[in-house]
Amino acid sequence: MSKATLVFVLRRLLQVIPVVLAIAAFNFLLLKLAPGDAADIIAGQMGHATVEFTQQLRREFGLDLPLWEQFLVYMTRLLVFDLGVSHLQGLPVIDLILARLPATLILMITAIFIAVLVGIVLGVAAARRQGTLADNLISTLALVVYAIPAFWLGLMLIVLFSIQLDILPSGGMVSIGAGHTGLAHVLDVAWHLVLPAVTLGLFYVAVYTRLMRASMLEVYGLDFIATARAKGLSEGKIAWTHAARNALLPVATLCGVQLGHLLGGSILVETVFGWPGLGRLVFDALLQRDLNLLLGILFVSSVVVVIANLVVDLLYGLLDPRIVHK
Amino acid sequence: MRGLATFWFRFRRNRAAVVGAAVLFVVVLAAIFGPWFYPVDPFDMVGRPYTVPLDQFPLGTDVAGRDILAGILHGARISLLIGLLASLAATIVGVTFGAIAGYYGGRIDDLLMRTTEFFLTIPSFVLAVVLVAIFQPSVTTVTVAIAVVSWPSVARLARGEFIAHRDREYVQGCRAIGMPDWEIILLQIMPNALPPVIVVASLMVATAILTESGLSFLGLSDPNLVSWGYMIGVARTALRTAWWMAAIPGLMIVITVLAINLIGEGLNDALNPKLRK
Repeated sequence: MSKATLVFVLRRLLQVIPVVLAIAAFNFLLLKLAPGDAADIIAGQMGHATVEFTQQLRREFGLDLPLWEQFLVYMTRLLVFDLGVSHLQGLPVIDLILARLPATLILMITAIFIAVLVGIVLGVAAARRQGTLADNLISTLALVVYAIPAFWLGLMLIVLFSIQLDILPSGGMVSIGAGHTGLAHVLDVAWHLVLPAVTLGLFYVAVYTRLMRASMLEVYGLDFIATARAKGLSEGKIAWTHAARNALLPVATLCGVQLGHLLGGSILVETVFGWPGLGRLVFDALLQRDLNLLLGILFVSSVVVVIANLVVDLLYGLLDPRIVHK
Repeated sequence: MRGLATFWFRFRRNRAAVVGAAVLFVVVLAAIFGPWFYPVDPFDMVGRPYTVPLDQFPLGTDVAGRDILAGILHGARISLLIGLLASLAATIVGVTFGAIAGYYGGRIDDLLMRTTEFFLTIPSFVLAVVLVAIFQPSVTTVTVAIAVVSWPSVARLARGEFIAHRDREYVQGCRAIGMPDWEIILLQIMPNALPPVIVVASLMVATAILTESGLSFLGLSDPNLVSWGYMIGVARTALRTAWWMAAIPGLMIVITVLAINLIGEGLNDALNPKLRK
């Protein structure tokens, strides 16, 4: 690693700090904008709380302090990942979130993996046959898929594959009562992952197919492709080893940009399939009007996106050796 | 008028866009006049639950015996209304941000673009969920929430356009004759910067409709109004016995969103002919 690269990596790491602080401050703002505070909510749930009791709750939560002091307390707590307590489950918000985060990450990573892989293959295939029936078919399909709400697609896939054909599970992450361990457990989870991951990934298949096709057509117009043809390389070799490698860059960029979007989609898809990730937690938090938990999820998911963007940025240099960090 | 004729000539060449426009026209007509021709309250229990389409009611009834066609017609109003209003609001905010940032540059640009990037970082759907949950679901809060998560992309685009134009000769000429900044921004650069913004704004209507359907599927919609996403959410429990109940409103979303996307591509061809491949 050259010195310039090291400086770039360090500087990029430092840039994350103000963004995370801004997200925390924004979270605090939302918390204060909400009508009624935690004490009101708890008092409301108890049904017959007195004014004195509500006041006592306020003192306990520090809600009687001046706003700037509350802000300082909030920010210091966030530094040690203290996101408060979920009012209904009585557990620390961060514990609830961390317990659910792995399932969401598994779903997101699988979906994006499917999307990139299939998107690249279809995009290259379409670009190589530009203007033919196959190209038009791929492009039209991509356009239709682009318009399908993921949560509805999930329901329709359940109808087809779980109810009608009965070949894939309709929800959950493991078979209930099976008690698999080791490899059997992994396979069981993978089995349950098929439908949610395809549902979440399909939209991005369309996105990457369209992008890869456009990007390939652009690269095909460059001089080095003409050189490769003049050398007598086969079209397959030109497409995959010369053009596709260069056409990949915009796809990698978009992957990074769309992580937040992917996480949002994951919430809906998880709700449909009962996948025990952050999405299910959002749904439960909504049902129980658990604002602390909701804001905690917003904070953690934003931080996840910031970190993922950082990783993509750092990996980008590996994909494109032309990038020199100044 | 000649501009409009050229526009129509170019738009018409994209056959798919014309089909999209026709389909959307039908959906708009159904939204405006449908409930008038088919005066059934979508919340009324009109018959037995779970009746199949074409039996007693054109599209059958849902789990509570409510008329699905009535829901589809009223839902069209909500989807189109929220989609249009949210995109309009997001476009106005985004263009304002982008225009000021791009035209003035420097510190102002830095500040505005940091804000924009911040909003691009936060997972937009999660933010929309939190906003609607905090302020209680209604047409207004859902519209505002969708606008809040949609404006940043417009801001970035508009900024790029303004940067490309701010040092052109015609702008320098305007400055030389002492034209005030607001006049240069609004009357001189804006007409030139608008075409790509219009394309993005039209595609944003489609995204907004998808977001609205997702929110109402989670139960975050105005409790007094039927929307397509809400209908899918209700039908979910009946998936095993009556799959069409969820299929019908979903198909409406797909058709509407697809039509808008096709129109957006046609607009792109018509307004940015240079970008055509």
